[in-house]
Amino acid sequence: MIDFLGQVWDWFGDPANWTGNRGLPGLLRSHVFLSAVSVATAAVVALPVAVWLGHTRRGGALAVSLVNVGRAIPSFGLIGVFFPLTLMFEPTSRPLGFWATFIAMVALAMPPMFVNAYTGIREIDPALTEAARGMGMTGRQVLTGVELPLALPLVMAGIRNAAVAVVATVTLSAWVGCSSLGTYVFVGFAQRDRVMVFAGGLAVALLSIVTELTLGGVERLVDPLRPMRRRRR
Amino acid sequence: MIRLEEVTKVFPGADRPAVSSLSLHIPEGEFVTLVGPSGCGKTTTLKMINRIIEPTSGRIEVGGRDVMSMEPHLLRRSIGYVIQQVGLLPHRTVEENIATVPRLLGWDRDRIERRVAEMSELVGLGADLLERYPAELSGGQQQRVGVARALAADPPVLLMDEPFGAVDPIVREHLQQEFKDLWRRLGKTVVFVTHDIDEAVRMGTRVAILNVGGVLEQYDRPEEILANPANDFVSRFLGEERGLRRLALMPVSSAGLDRGPVVEITATPEEARAVMDAHGSDWLGLLDGGRLLGWVPAAEVGTSPLADLEPREFLVILRPEDSLRRALDAVVTSRTRVAVVVGEQGYLGMLDIDRVAEEITE
Repeated sequence: MIDFLGQVWDWFGDPANWTGNRGLPGLLRSHVFLSAVSVATAAVVALPVAVWLGHTRRGGALAVSLVNVGRAIPSFGLIGVFFPLTLMFEPTSRPLGFWATFIAMVALAMPPMFVNAYTGIREIDPALTEAARGMGMTGRQVLTGVELPLALPLVMAGIRNAAVAVVATVTLSAWVGCSSLGTYVFVGFAQRDRVMVFAGGLAVALLSIVTELTLGGVERLVDPLRPMRRRRR
Repeated sequence: MIRLEEVTKVFPGADRPAVSSLSLHIPEGEFVTLVGPSGCGKTTTLKMINRIIEPTSGRIEVGGRDVMSMEPHLLRRSIGYVIQQVGLLPHRTVEENIATVPRLLGWDRDRIERRVAEMSELVGLGADLLERYPAELSGGQQQRVGVARALAADPPVLLMDEPFGAVDPIVREHLQQEFKDLWRRLGKTVVFVTHDIDEAVRMGTRVAILNVGGVLEQYDRPEEILANPANDFVSRFLGEERGLRRLALMPVSSAGLDRGPVVEITATPEEARAVMDAHGSDWLGLLDGGRLLGWVPAAEVGTSPLADLEPREFLVILRPEDSLRRALDAVVTSRTRVAVVVGEQGYLGMLDIDRVAEEITE
């Protein structure tokens, strides 16, 4: 056991693993890039719809159940379905595995973001928005001045949950030939190199934790009641 | 100032209207309370005035303008609005909350700052509270901020939906009293919804009693409603303590006061006994140059000068502006069976149970 961990340590210390397209920096960059693009795309699609439905207090229950159906489909299955389909399209600057993984990751990221943003706005005390309207705020002013700031921590929590899930799952891209930290896991399996598998897994786990901590920090920064909580301490 | 003509509201999916062809005219400067059982449409009526709820049919005018002809948000900036849940923005300080409408109206910073200071003083909020957040205030303080926010842009009309319903009874009474005083000073037109008939008759210069489905049963001055309920519904709604409620609205000064068995401390014991006999009283009130000292039991009035006696204090001393209801309470709880009244210039007189009863049966 100690021996094995020593080998992992050595693996991380080996300069060969820090350069080239199989090097840690390169794979980390691909991993983060694919994750970030997926989360950003999911946010652009899901958040405005969720915010709008929450603001108008309409059709939300239906949307939430639709989104939850999406949640039940495993990413592995989605990649399996979309990879053969993407083969039918012309090659792009990105490998085919990129797009299949991208689609699966967008699908993975949307539900937590949608549900959090929707409930974050929907759960605001109706008396509060009524008072705001009663003061003479327009619908847009209620949205930007009351609903969005108050829902922001929950919206951010949704983004954080989605991002952590995506960072962990993007690992699967290596299965369809798109490089990420998952490359170590899949290549390691193929080569029966358990040190490489372990090192890849460890790198993904560390990246997930860093993502969680960073976005958790952002979440606290956007808390609209932060000035009050700071004063209390 | 506010005119409702044949206003009807039917909520989607409801089989009966919440408000049915209600007509109500609220003159400028009046304090009108809307009161009735739940389901009487009082809150719906209020919220149709600032278009939080849109009427199904009929016409509503505020200051001579049809509310349906105005942009809702512009209409609302010219009408103060206070609700039971207060609805302060939790992520804004007290100061920012009070400044809400002036900011929407685009006032400059100095003017807003001056106005906020003025408003917080008006509703009795200390300047130290301005930097706090709503969650750091008590319920009573929050509603003071709610009132300050509603008044900040100096709207001629104030709509209030059970504004003091969520605070404890002691604070509520304070706030009611303060708000009534505030209204007297500011001369706003107020529409005030409550389910509490006591609050309705105490606060309102006019009371509108609504029945289920938004039917107006009676609309009059509170004294008039209590003295002459229009129908069975109104008398049942006023309840069994109608007489007491009327007394609550009448000041002690409106009743005739008796001088009672009272003498100046310079009187002789013989004169004192003569006064007690004339009133059939077993106690004697003592004055010192018109100032009320207290009372002594008849048995203590002997031969020595009255100045040597040690008078007991009257437990309750009323002022002329206190209500007859308080006077009645003083009568039935005091040892002397009277309510003594003292004004700026000293002793005014006293009321006994017969006097109070006379007032109520008149």
